[in-house]
Amino acid sequence: MRFAMIPTLMSQLFKKPHTNKFPAKYAPANTTQFLADVGAGKAKLIPPVEVPPKFRGKIQYDREKCIGCQLCIKVCPTDAIQFKPDQKKVKFLMARCCFCSQCNDVCPVNCIQMSDEFLLAEADKYAPSLIVE
Amino acid sequence: MSKQLSTTTYQIPIGPIHPALKEPVQFEFTIDGERIVDVDVSLGHVHRTIEWTGMRRNPIQILYLAERICGICSYCHPMAFALAVERIANIEVPLRAQYLRVIHAELERICSHVLWAGVAAHEIGFDSLLFFTWQIREKVLDLTEYLTGNRVTKAITMIGGVRRDITSDMLPTIKEGLDFLKENFEKLRHAFLDDKTVKLRAQGAGILTKEDALKLCAVGPTTRASGVKKDVRIDQPYFAFGDLDFDYVTPDVLTGEVNGDVYDRIIVRLLEVKQSIDLIEQCLKDMPEGEIVAEPKIAKLLASLKKVEGEAIGQMEAPRGEVIHYVKMTGQEHPYCWKVRAPTYNNILPWIPMLLGNQIADIPIVAASTDPCMSCTNRVTVIENNKTQVFSKEELHRLSIEKTRRLQR
Repeated sequence: MRFAMIPTLMSQLFKKPHTNKFPAKYAPANTTQFLADVGAGKAKLIPPVEVPPKFRGKIQYDREKCIGCQLCIKVCPTDAIQFKPDQKKVKFLMARCCFCSQCNDVCPVNCIQMSDEFLLAEADKYAPSLIVE
Repeated sequence: MSKQLSTTTYQIPIGPIHPALKEPVQFEFTIDGERIVDVDVSLGHVHRTIEWTGMRRNPIQILYLAERICGICSYCHPMAFALAVERIANIEVPLRAQYLRVIHAELERICSHVLWAGVAAHEIGFDSLLFFTWQIREKVLDLTEYLTGNRVTKAITMIGGVRRDITSDMLPTIKEGLDFLKENFEKLRHAFLDDKTVKLRAQGAGILTKEDALKLCAVGPTTRASGVKKDVRIDQPYFAFGDLDFDYVTPDVLTGEVNGDVYDRIIVRLLEVKQSIDLIEQCLKDMPEGEIVAEPKIAKLLASLKKVEGEAIGQMEAPRGEVIHYVKMTGQEHPYCWKVRAPTYNNILPWIPMLLGNQIADIPIVAASTDPCMSCTNRVTVIENNKTQVFSKEELHRLSIEKTRRLQR
């Protein structure tokens, strides 16, 4: 055929766009205000695309379970985990994390889990929301 | 210099390229009118010290560093490193892990080749085809995400195996994804190989003869498109490739002849996508039960890797060709030496015979046909009669589209 793409292109005309318009159909001018409106029930949030099973998101840390063995520090490729010698606990800097889940795999007492949370944008890389301890 | 410029030939330097690239390169073209009469390539503009950084980390940490050498080959780099370390430490990889490794390798190949096909379509100004191919790629990425947890940085490699198993409840989703691919592969093949526009621009452009491909050590689909039967998966089988049924993909499988032009490279890559789908299906069928990693206790694995001494090479057929990782361990926590040779390095010199005799408007498609990262055409400077003119990537792209339009008329 001379132009083999034509049938495919024609069929595309009758398909809906695949884009998920998260968080709203039109980008809000003020995200903070928009989120406040969502909280107050004034605006509706279009949910993000679901994460796959075993997604590697923000780290969850069970402080009580941790025995301070420092194995996670040894395997962390990005130096995102710091040891607090006085408490024998660790601190995770999410701004450095590369989400490989290696600390989760190596932990002997399973006190580290990867959650589904992926909205981690922050202006300050040492903001409290980006530090897990 | 000025004497030469006042005659019919002039120079176009392209590059050095975008720092995000794995292999930065600078071209210097000598142009006679529209025709390229000489090409000079120089390498080594950006150095990210990945190997140096790796030599200060333990092998487990290097896996994730190697994953970041290239975004598209985020599986074959850590895997080639793991192969080298396994060879040094004499780690026997369980059979099930060998099959799982093949599945992930082939999934990456499909993803890379489909991405390349889209880029090639874009380079000749066929953007509707770009969006169609990337629509298919999106499905492959969804499948990758389903199997590994993330779309690009898969973090699936572990020394002595893989990190995630494919359980029986995952099989229907994988089958659905593969069926979608098979269904759309026919459409893709039809759009690329039967369309007049693609033929006009790709046939006869950027010819690499078999002799040149052998002489310049081209690797991967670039060399197979010139009729050289070279594929690490068959020549030196690793993983479970030795047990699987497949053959070299050369363009004569489809057309009965080898021209070594851009069109042949499109044929090879498209046929390899089909081959990869077939290989994944074979693996899912033949995969035995068992362990997925040789040593599940990572602390124990690290302690044993600390003691090993020796050197080894890990070779793998990455989507772009053979990738080689050389590792030397001297009984310390970190390797004594780590050297990476990515496939694009071998495919740079073949650019010279490919580009000679072509037109400026052919540079994007011919250079893209070996599947390098194409940001190198970000800025081109033309010096003609001491007047400097800067060609942006957009302008080169516009020239390329104009040539397509001209040929269609």
